[in-house]
Amino acid sequence: MTISTTAKTTALSKAFGPILMMVVLGSSLMFVAGHAQSAALHDAAHDVRHATGFPCH
Amino acid sequence: MFKRMFVSAVVAGGVAGFLAAALHFAFLQDRLLLAEQYESGALIHFQAAPAMGHDHAAGESADHDDAANGEAGHDHSTPQGAVDGDGHSHSHEPSGGSLGRNGLTVMFDVLVYVGFAMLLIAGFGAAEATGRRIGALEGILWGLGGFAAIQLAPAMGLAPELPGTPAAALGARQVWWWMTVLCTAGGLGLLAYGRGMALAAAGVALLALPHLIGAPEADGYAGVAPPELAAEFAARALGIGAIAWAFLGWFASRLWSDKPA
Repeated sequence: MTISTTAKTTALSKAFGPILMMVVLGSSLMFVAGHAQSAALHDAAHDVRHATGFPCH
Repeated sequence: MFKRMFVSAVVAGGVAGFLAAALHFAFLQDRLLLAEQYESGALIHFQAAPAMGHDHAAGESADHDDAANGEAGHDHSTPQGAVDGDGHSHSHEPSGGSLGRNGLTVMFDVLVYVGFAMLLIAGFGAAEATGRRIGALEGILWGLGGFAAIQLAPAMGLAPELPGTPAAALGARQVWWWMTVLCTAGGLGLLAYGRGMALAAAGVALLALPHLIGAPEADGYAGVAPPELAAEFAARALGIGAIAWAFLGWFASRLWSDKPA
């Protein structure tokens, strides 16, 4: 029990960094493509924003 | 581990993005272009015609963040070529014509779905690190969960909008959108993986919270396009999302489990 708990904790702490990085990268992509309000980005992403239901303008 | 996650996300998200773009062109783009003709005034829905005494000015002020920002120039009855008075003139026709425009749609669908895939695979990684296997079934369920969190639950407060639909201030809508996404994802996670009734109850509370708070609303209804068009657009946008997300979840789980840790 103690060993398997330790193993689990080790697996989780090893995975924590990569998981966090994926969350940050994924959220950033979602923000830039879906929410950032620069005019050029807005125009380029316009149709996708409407189609995906992101609040557009 | 990061490389395995990254590659799986880019491949699965890329393919799902192309699928979403294909569905977009099959189901949505003609609705969107038609709506823009109503937005520009090239087409006028009979109920929105100025002759019917419909007061545009009242609705317009809710359309944009800055009502004082030259709204007088934003006249929907002006024939095509009207410039938005809201500070960002979006011609909806970037250089390169419809080919350029549609190319950008494909590109951004791929970007958005790669982002979705990264979040999904981060979830797979967390589930696996706590001793749970992600098979095809789990992949599809995770994908539908992602759809619920990122598209369906926010749509219950902020329906996918036709271009030209007046809505509440953008900032407030974005805040509610992100809050709804986080609460729904957290609530579903607690329901799916939490142990005991207390956590399940907390999950349900999280799912309900954004809707109890309520999405920011525009003052009244002042859309210029026919309601049928808006309904078709919203239903199709959500349908496309459900299909693309289910595929994304399934495909990402297959890529994920094929590779050694």
